[in-house]
Amino acid sequence: MSTSRLVNGVEVASHYRDEKHQYASNKEGIWLFMVTEILMFGGLFVGYILFHSLYPEMFAEGASFLDWKLGFINTLVLIFSSLTMALGIYFNQVGQPKKATWALAITILCGAIFMVIKYFEYTHKFHMGIFPGKFLDPAMMAEYGHTVQNSNLGLYFGFYFCMSGLHGLHVLIGMGLITWVMIKNIKGDFNPKYYTPIEGVGIFWHIVDLIWIFLFPLLYLVG
Amino acid sequence: MGHHSSGKNYINEEPGLLSWFTSLDHKRIAILYFVSVMTFFLVGGIMALLLRLELFAPNTTANVGQVLKNGDVYNQVLTYHGAIMVFMVIIPGIPAILGNFFLPLQIGAKDVAFPRLNLASWYVLMLGATLAILTFFNSKIDTGWTFYTPYSIRTGSSVVMMVVAAFIMGMSSILTGLNFIVTVHKLRAPGMSMFRMPLFTWAIYSTAILQVLATPVLGITLLLLVMERTFGVGIFDPKLGGDPVLFQHFFWFYSHPAVYIMILPAMGVVSELITTYSKKTIFGYTAIAYSSIGIAAVSFFVWGHHMFVSGQSEVAGIIFSFLTMLVGVPTAIKMFNWLATLYKGSIQFSAPMLFALGFLFLFAIGGVTGIMLAVTAIDVHFHDTYFVVAHFHYVMVGGTLMAIMGGFFHWFPKMFGKMYNETTAIASWVFIFIGFNVTFFPQFILGAKGMPRRYFDYVLEYEQLNKISTMGSWLITIGFLIGLYTIIRGLTSGAKAPDNPWGAKTLEWQTSSPPIMHNFDHDPVVTAGPYEYK
Repeated sequence: MSTSRLVNGVEVASHYRDEKHQYASNKEGIWLFMVTEILMFGGLFVGYILFHSLYPEMFAEGASFLDWKLGFINTLVLIFSSLTMALGIYFNQVGQPKKATWALAITILCGAIFMVIKYFEYTHKFHMGIFPGKFLDPAMMAEYGHTVQNSNLGLYFGFYFCMSGLHGLHVLIGMGLITWVMIKNIKGDFNPKYYTPIEGVGIFWHIVDLIWIFLFPLLYLVG
Repeated sequence: MGHHSSGKNYINEEPGLLSWFTSLDHKRIAILYFVSVMTFFLVGGIMALLLRLELFAPNTTANVGQVLKNGDVYNQVLTYHGAIMVFMVIIPGIPAILGNFFLPLQIGAKDVAFPRLNLASWYVLMLGATLAILTFFNSKIDTGWTFYTPYSIRTGSSVVMMVVAAFIMGMSSILTGLNFIVTVHKLRAPGMSMFRMPLFTWAIYSTAILQVLATPVLGITLLLLVMERTFGVGIFDPKLGGDPVLFQHFFWFYSHPAVYIMILPAMGVVSELITTYSKKTIFGYTAIAYSSIGIAAVSFFVWGHHMFVSGQSEVAGIIFSFLTMLVGVPTAIKMFNWLATLYKGSIQFSAPMLFALGFLFLFAIGGVTGIMLAVTAIDVHFHDTYFVVAHFHYVMVGGTLMAIMGGFFHWFPKMFGKMYNETTAIASWVFIFIGFNVTFFPQFILGAKGMPRRYFDYVLEYEQLNKISTMGSWLITIGFLIGLYTIIRGLTSGAKAPDNPWGAKTLEWQTSSPPIMHNFDHDPVVTAGPYEYK
């Protein structure tokens, strides 16, 4: 069933009473999806806590290879992008779609800055022989003056690359989604009565940011 | 609610086969699931027959009694049987077919909350299923459906593909669950309060909660397994400081709730059948509704009972043992309420009712042996024997498949607007019910005598019982073939079905058979509970 009709100037699918009913339903769907995202990352967090409690000094050694300043900059970038994302929704609510477009563009830019910094962090590690798990190369690391203290150090980087990698993938997906709603916004699809997709993408983006806010201290600052 | 005069319904509304693959109508999507899940069931069933055939006789030196080439092939067939039946048949089975079709109808909605997502879920399942089947032509998987590490890290090159397939099928399950939760929360007809919802809807709703909350954990577990194989991250690998038992914890944190994803919908079907064919208000409606939620809640805290011998601490074992027995409480509440509903009802022994009664009988055995297995001392003895195999088949097949068959016949007139032949349907039940017991009851004895599961050969003393068990599998096959025949005959030459052939009270029986595209001619207004038989 795909028929829809206009209610109060908003296209409403025929199985909903009105635009508010449709909005509330869509929003609940998005929140439920966010629950699944958090639970998925939850598995990684549980694994992290478990192994951290078993090998605290190994995790401290692993964290010492990360540059907390870069992580901190990235944290600020993402927090700022959450603000601009929220502004993107706000400007649509008050009927200023042009400003909303700018806010969304800045949000995408922040995502890009985050990914570029992440890229340099990753390549720098690969360069030094720091790979996840069994690919960690202590000989290569020794050439750069690092003597590996814990033989299972690869496990830390298993977590580091899995957690930040899965998060990075979400940042990329988020950037794609924001681009999609930005284009819709430029086309004039949104108005103060209808902005559900922007809000949905916004919720996703905030959750992705929030996950980073947990990842940053766990990965960079545990030492 | 009057008849739709134009003769239009969801089947003939849009012409052409192609329109089925683009339709957003929940009823048509249910039929898509019906056809695909039944096809998977056929494949998984053939695998089961092969396994039983191999076990018909012990292998001798002259290779008499050997059907499959060797133990490796046996392991592969075993793996595909398990993976197909779990991920592609029983998990999507009742929710995606009957739930999709009847949940919106039972609450008086025009569709599910997100029709496009609903169709997408089917395509996602098909994508996952295709990947899973492709592994069969690459290098066959022999890990068992549980993909336990560290073996799954080392064996066969297509484990990654199979695991990705399971991940994708999990996504389909999540999206279906999400859709149903929002549908129940937001699309109930005026007057349809939560406690006026039919118990089938309650069961599907509880299942949906489990699908949404448990499946993401399977998702990350499978992703980590893929990472383990491709990048050697070490989280599950003891050589690198990881822990293979962690995989088991993660896996069962999903897969135990998944057991209830498989059985809760069946319980919902049985609630409908028992009340309809006893012509009596269901006993303890509220208790049955809450017990669904209760089972769903407890199911998250019992995963450790799969791991009594994995080296988890004794304290954990005792706690998990206790919590597992706790599941018996809400389950027993359901059982006693069903029995109380039957008491002094005017019982009609039609095919759906026979399947429901079969469910009660088989599920009682499956449930009680589950309590036995929850006792750690007994479990250590029975672990990895045929006792466990018999137990979970009594629950999954004796429970869920009996309910699926009963549900199909019960709702067949509504789904297709035709009546099925009662005699052949009952014949189908007779063969399935007897065949099932002949197949699986001997396995309890085999297990108690110590026959290990997953072996492709056995010592001579187990021969008689294995022979009986294999013969039982042929009876089940005949039963399902008669069932298939009944369905096909009903579709091709069944008499036209009235709107409410069984005198049932729930909303789906108040619209035409088959229902029109938008389900109801007039939006229903609900003024009473779902089972007001007077």
